[in-house]
Amino acid sequence: MWRWFHRLGSPRWFYQTSGRWLPWLAVLTLALLVIGTLWGLAFAPEDARQGNSFRIIYIHVPVSFLALAGYYVMAVAGAVNLIWRIKLADMVMTAAAPLGAALTFLALFTGAIWGKPTWGTYWVWDARITSMLVLLFLYLGVVVLRNSFSGRDTAGKACAILALVGTVNIPIIYKSVDWWFTLHQPATIKLSGAPSMHPDMFKPLLVMILAYYCFYALVLILNTRTEILQRERRTGWVNDLAVNKLAVTELVSKEQ
Amino acid sequence: MNIQFGNFQFDSFQFESLAEFFAMGGHATYVWGAYGVALVVMVWLVVRPLLRRASILNELRQNLKKRQHSLYEESREQ
Repeated sequence: MWRWFHRLGSPRWFYQTSGRWLPWLAVLTLALLVIGTLWGLAFAPEDARQGNSFRIIYIHVPVSFLALAGYYVMAVAGAVNLIWRIKLADMVMTAAAPLGAALTFLALFTGAIWGKPTWGTYWVWDARITSMLVLLFLYLGVVVLRNSFSGRDTAGKACAILALVGTVNIPIIYKSVDWWFTLHQPATIKLSGAPSMHPDMFKPLLVMILAYYCFYALVLILNTRTEILQRERRTGWVNDLAVNKLAVTELVSKEQ
Repeated sequence: MNIQFGNFQFDSFQFESLAEFFAMGGHATYVWGAYGVALVVMVWLVVRPLLRRASILNELRQNLKKRQHSLYEESREQ
C-alpha cells in the first residue's frame, strides 16, 4: 500500500503510465464529443420557448460543471502538496489552473451569448454569474501568483493557500441560484429527483457531460506531463527521452 | 419524427434541410458563435501542452549535441 502510494507520487512513473493510457483517452474523448455535439445540435428536439438557442446548453452546462470540479482538483492537489510535500501534486495543481481558467471563461462566454436571445442582455450582475466571475479571477490569480515567484517551493505553497482560501466561493456558486432569486435559472440536474428536462434533451446532455469529464482528464494529463518534463529536465530519464530521438536522427543522417 | 431501432427510439434530424440546420431558426449567430469559440478554446488547450513538450525536448537535444561536440573537440586537442 505504501509502496503504491510512493510510486504514485513519482513523476517518472506518472509520465510513463499516463503515456500508455493517453491514446485511448484521446480516442474516447473525441468520440464522445462528436456524438454529443451532433446529437445536441441536430437530433435533440428544439425547445418550445427558446427555439434553437437552447442548444448552447450542451456546451454551457458541461463546461460549467468542469469549471467547478476543476477547482476541487486544484485545491485538493494544493492541499496534498502543503501537507505531504508531494511534488507531483504541485505539478498537477500547476496544470489545473490555466485549464480551469479556460473552462470558466467558456462557461461565462457561452452563458453571455445564450443570455442575449433568452434574457435580452449579454451580461447582468446576477449572483451566479458574478460568483463565476470570481472563480475566473481565482484561477487567473493562481496562474499569476505561480509566475511571480522565483522559488518553486514558495510559489507552490502560496498558490495552494490561495486556492484553499478561494474554496469558500464554491458553495456560494452552487447555492447562488437558491439564495438569491436573480436572473439565472435554478439547477437543471439534481442528485435527488428527476431532472427538470425532457429525456430526449437530457440524454445528449449526459453524453456531453461525460465527454467534458474525459476532455478535462485528457488536458490535465497533457499539462502535467509537460510540467514534469520542464521540472525534471536535468534528470537522466528525461535526457534519455530526448536522446532516444537524437540517436534515431543521427542514424538516419549517417546512412545518407 | 422518431426512428425506431428494436426497443430503442432515436430522435431523427430536427431540420427540414441543411440550410435550415445552419440557420438554427434565426439563432445562427448565437449557436454557432458559442460552439465555434468553444472549439477554438478546446483546440488551443490540447495543442498548447504538445507544443511546449516538443520545444522542451528540442532544447534538451540541442544542449546534449553541443555537449557531445565540445567533448569531441577536447579529446582531439589532447
